[in-house]
Amino acid sequence: MWRDNLRGIFYIALKDIKTYYLKPPAISWGIVFPITWILAFYLRNPGDFKELVPGLIAMTILFSTTAAEAVVINFELRLGSLERLLLAPISIAAVLLGKVLGGVVFGFLMSIIVTIVSVIVLNLQPNIVYLILIILPSLFVFSSLGALLCVIVKEVFEAQTLLNFPRFLMVFLSGVVYPISKMPKVLQYFSYVLPLTYTVEGLRFSFSGGSCKIIFLYTLILIIFFFLFILPAVASLGKKFR
Amino acid sequence: MNKDIVIQTSDLTKRYAETLAIDHISFEVKEGEVFGFLGPNGAGKTTTIRMLTGFSKPTDGKAFILGFDINSQIVQIKKHIGVVPEISNLYDELSAIDNLIFMSQLYGVPSFERKKRAQDLLKTFRLYERKDSLYRTFSRGMKRTLTIAAALIHNPKILFLDEPTVGLDVVAARSLRNLISNLRQQGITIFLTTHYLEEADLLCDRVAILVKGKILVIDTPSSLKVKTDTKSLEEAFMKITGLKPEILAIEKGK
Repeated sequence: MWRDNLRGIFYIALKDIKTYYLKPPAISWGIVFPITWILAFYLRNPGDFKELVPGLIAMTILFSTTAAEAVVINFELRLGSLERLLLAPISIAAVLLGKVLGGVVFGFLMSIIVTIVSVIVLNLQPNIVYLILIILPSLFVFSSLGALLCVIVKEVFEAQTLLNFPRFLMVFLSGVVYPISKMPKVLQYFSYVLPLTYTVEGLRFSFSGGSCKIIFLYTLILIIFFFLFILPAVASLGKKFR
Repeated sequence: MNKDIVIQTSDLTKRYAETLAIDHISFEVKEGEVFGFLGPNGAGKTTTIRMLTGFSKPTDGKAFILGFDINSQIVQIKKHIGVVPEISNLYDELSAIDNLIFMSQLYGVPSFERKKRAQDLLKTFRLYERKDSLYRTFSRGMKRTLTIAAALIHNPKILFLDEPTVGLDVVAARSLRNLISNLRQQGITIFLTTHYLEEADLLCDRVAILVKGKILVIDTPSSLKVKTDTKSLEEAFMKITGLKPEILAIEKGK
């Protein structure tokens, strides 16, 4: 059974990457948009661009993992091709994890490109282990968040609208472009219930150096967020086919 | 369970809130036969298929497919069945052969066999010339044919066909019927839902007539005609169900 599910997860992800992610709309939304956004902030408030790198990588992770999820889930639900996947001898959880993995792999490729270019151009010296410990769980967190928001609505446009709310909320409140320490106290507390905060802070530690205990704590928090998103997503998709 | 019986239901029931969609139906399907599930729209044909193929949990009753319980062994069941839903639902962005290879990957067909099996099916179904064309460029009949090919990629023992010829033109529908006859000759058990009664008359060994979630009768088409003293299955159906011909005509047009 678990072998059937693993096989299903792998091939669903592979099919989604080929069919949907490696296409201009997903690439522009996943990588061009975050770069443009960060550049706009930099031009408005010129300073040390290195300070913006954690936010740029975090935004790339957030936008690339969720770039095509409305299509891979809602569009396929509408066409009935998602139902076709459920005819195969794999579980509903495997189908959804396949969808999530597609976003994770695409997000990984995009964030690695941005990270490598940033490191080379700005001559940065990150802690590679810390980077991996933050980037990997973050990819799963935001891809599963996208999956959750997509399965609770029907239409592609509803999913896109719903996805934009947490995406932009997190961009403004998670320290991507504006330091959390300079926010009002209430917003500072609120920022710590947002997963992107741990991604941005964790990436900042990866570039500036910091306690490994904090990195492990952030990794653990991100893993908890992943389960908080993926479990209700699987339950919600299951309800659609009961 | 008799080893010749591949599908067995007992008091299978489905209720949606206040609506009793399927009302304690019991039937058996024998190995290698084409079993027709006939009824007007809303009779519960698709609901029954959805329960038997794991998309919908029965409210009550039992069903076994190849000896596996649909309530607890649906993954084992899915390995041995092929399902062609009412709406063709392969991937628009994939070519005909890529759609079949993707399905073979999901069903765990060994990697060295995938391409050959896909090519063989495309040849059998006369789609080989269009193997590299995107699914979205196919006509409705070709899409339907490819959807059936996809359902056969893992060599299932039972094929569920839900209204296979709905929306097809006369030529495509006829070609599809020939294809179903060929599958039957290969020994595949076919569970067919349709409201085209001439089609059922041509293809089915036995039929069950379902109205408002209840099975009224199960018999061979010829026996039904004799018992109702009618010349066609359509007339027999009218007599048994008490439906007016105009209602059936409207449904055929849908």
